[in-house]
Amino acid sequence: MSAELGLAALWMAAALAVLQLVGGAIAQRDPDAPLAALGRPAAMLQGFLALFSFGMLLWVFAITDLSVKLVAANSHSMKPMIFKLSGAWGNHEGSMLLWVTVMALAGALIACIEKRLPEKTMQATLAAQGFVALGFYAFLLLSSNPFERLPVPVPEGNGLNPLLQDIGLAFHPPTLYMGYVGLSVAFSFAVGALVTRQVTHEFARVMRPWVLGAWVFLTMGITAGSYWAYYELGWGGWWFWDPVENASLMPWLAATALLHSASVLAARDALRAWTIMLGVVAFSMSMLGTFLVRSGILTSVHAFAVDPERGSFILALLTIYIGGALLLFALRVSTVSEGQRFAATSREGALVFNNVMLSAILGIVLLGTLYPLLTEAFDVRVSVGPPYFNPVGAIFTIPTLLAMAVGPLLRWREDNIERLRAPVAIFIVLIVTTALFTVLAKSDIGILPLLGLAVAVGLGVASFMPLRGRDILRVPLATWGMVLAHFGVAVSLLGMASESAFTKEKLVAVAPGGTTELGGFRITLEGVEPVAGPNWTAMEARISAQRGAGRPHVLTPQSRSFWAPAQETTESALLTRWEGQLYAVVGNQADDGRWQLRLWWKPLVTLIWLGGLLICLGGVLAIIGRLVADLRRRHADRREAEEREEMAALRANASSPTANWEAV
Amino acid sequence: MSSIKPKHQRIVLVSLALLAIIAAGLLAAWALRNQANYFYLPDQMMADPPAVGQAVRLGGMVAEESIETLDDGLTVAFVVTDKAEARVPVRYTGILPDLFVEGSGVVAEGSLGPDGVFVADHLLAKHDENYVPRELQDMAEHQGEPGLQDTAVGGE
Repeated sequence: MSAELGLAALWMAAALAVLQLVGGAIAQRDPDAPLAALGRPAAMLQGFLALFSFGMLLWVFAITDLSVKLVAANSHSMKPMIFKLSGAWGNHEGSMLLWVTVMALAGALIACIEKRLPEKTMQATLAAQGFVALGFYAFLLLSSNPFERLPVPVPEGNGLNPLLQDIGLAFHPPTLYMGYVGLSVAFSFAVGALVTRQVTHEFARVMRPWVLGAWVFLTMGITAGSYWAYYELGWGGWWFWDPVENASLMPWLAATALLHSASVLAARDALRAWTIMLGVVAFSMSMLGTFLVRSGILTSVHAFAVDPERGSFILALLTIYIGGALLLFALRVSTVSEGQRFAATSREGALVFNNVMLSAILGIVLLGTLYPLLTEAFDVRVSVGPPYFNPVGAIFTIPTLLAMAVGPLLRWREDNIERLRAPVAIFIVLIVTTALFTVLAKSDIGILPLLGLAVAVGLGVASFMPLRGRDILRVPLATWGMVLAHFGVAVSLLGMASESAFTKEKLVAVAPGGTTELGGFRITLEGVEPVAGPNWTAMEARISAQRGAGRPHVLTPQSRSFWAPAQETTESALLTRWEGQLYAVVGNQADDGRWQLRLWWKPLVTLIWLGGLLICLGGVLAIIGRLVADLRRRHADRREAEEREEMAALRANASSPTANWEAV
Repeated sequence: MSSIKPKHQRIVLVSLALLAIIAAGLLAAWALRNQANYFYLPDQMMADPPAVGQAVRLGGMVAEESIETLDDGLTVAFVVTDKAEARVPVRYTGILPDLFVEGSGVVAEGSLGPDGVFVADHLLAKHDENYVPRELQDMAEHQGEPGLQDTAVGGE
């Protein structure tokens, strides 16, 4: 019964999306039409129904209702409860339902609270949101119904891919989807502003928290995904330039550019057309990401849940939305008047530079991701990996990082570079000194890790320079957010560069009791024993790692065999110290009784993800800072308006004293 | 700069942005031609071998009774075949992927050595019973291999 209720709610939500679209469209012609007033309530109700539908899906997974096809295909009665629930979105249909649920909730939220924009623009925005949602409802209801029943219930489910039975991955897709959906809201605002010709700094202020929020979620999703790949795949790497990873990186790059250009528009009323364009591009990248992951069109080492037919459906949606938005942009861009001007040496100038560079990086990642698809049309099969992405990406990333150090120090509108002589000198000296010391310490270091280390140290210091000469307690929260996020980039970069420059790797075959050395650790294989978990059995190695005369630490990497579905995985074991991580994987046993061990010592590797968290924290501070400032300003505006009204009333009374008498 | 009319500043900005993005595109196209990693089937590698040391990928089936662990306990030698004539010997030092067995599909990333042995840096095997490296899935379809057919994605 719950499955049918969920399906019914989904159909009703789709009908409300139509109403939202029609109502918003009518409001453009006649704002007082009865249907026009329905836009906001329709959006709110739609959010509630989608949430209800998703709740029903969680319920059928929680009780393992094996008459529902999706549950039978992806769940198992023996699974721990948390993975039963996360199994609800660990598959194609469920993840698409999660996508529309988050999207409908976002629509409900803007319908509920957003009152700053002209009502006509809001109606157009809600109509655009309804239109996008409608495509996804059609996709769910017509080609991937999550509530489909089996003619005969099966006795037991298939289980969930063991690689996905992981707490980190349980929250990875929802996080990324919130990012994607946040960008869909930014897209709807951009369309609304274009339709009603209201591309103003007020529009940028309204859009900015959504872009910031989407960006925080994307950052978090990418950080978590990278850490998951690092410890779960057992390959010792943290980024593989896999199409699935690129699919989340591309929206992030576009969102980063959009975030900065929206700031220019909000603060200085410049870059109007460019911000709109980036809004369209950012959402296109989210859709393209979904398309690449869900269609299975690209070779990928971890493409789960792939289906070409559904891929064509998403491709059609992509064409309609993006093609439509670009057409609208082309038709309306000439009516977007030019914003404020600025000199080349100014905060705006630096931000434009950052935007162009980020777009270039985006283009490089996009081409590299799609290239194998292109050559396959000519029957040549290639794959594109780090030898392409790392150097070509770096050509544009390093100038971006340099601009990041200097840009925040510049004044808006026009500035003199002479004024910044001292901070720029400090920055350059730091970079050169770090580079020199690094080369002295390790002469065979690669050029990219060397540049990464040097720039990371320089940028780490430079990111705090916007605070110099200011009263720390009175710096706005949003500025703290920027400082922290930029510092996070430096921290992350330091981790990446250090990992790639100083990692030590060892592959050995040792008999139980045998010892080896790595990164200053004395590593002993104490024994290998079978162990069992709720739905797997494993061979577990007990390894002790000891530094000098210190306390020995025990690591227990496993080689696991799951039985539903039947699959083997390697579970790595990590020893985290402040200065790095020891990473151990156990392999097969050779005929002579020795076990294969693969060990890595990775100095400062944890900084990669710590930096990611700092970036998120910076984003959150910026959102809070902006919202608080906005509430204050609105409060002040209201009080001012009230005072003005009172004054006007007093003045009116003074000028016509008799009026009062008559009223009495 | 303040003497420039607004319209002109917009044109200057747009052309600079376009220029940078076109430069990125050209650079990417050039680098892709040089850095892309080509995929070979065993018969292609026999007929037209890549240059020694060039990074390529080799995909096929692990030949029956060909897996052999060398004395160091770490290096594995095996033969990748297309189940016809072509056989390419491969050497790999490292931990074997899950589900790496004789008679199943494998993609080896690495390069051809001067002695004609393919030295793999990385092996991709069947990820689980529902996942096959995409190139191998195509191979199974082209050659009508029943052995791989039942492992094709989707399974419905």
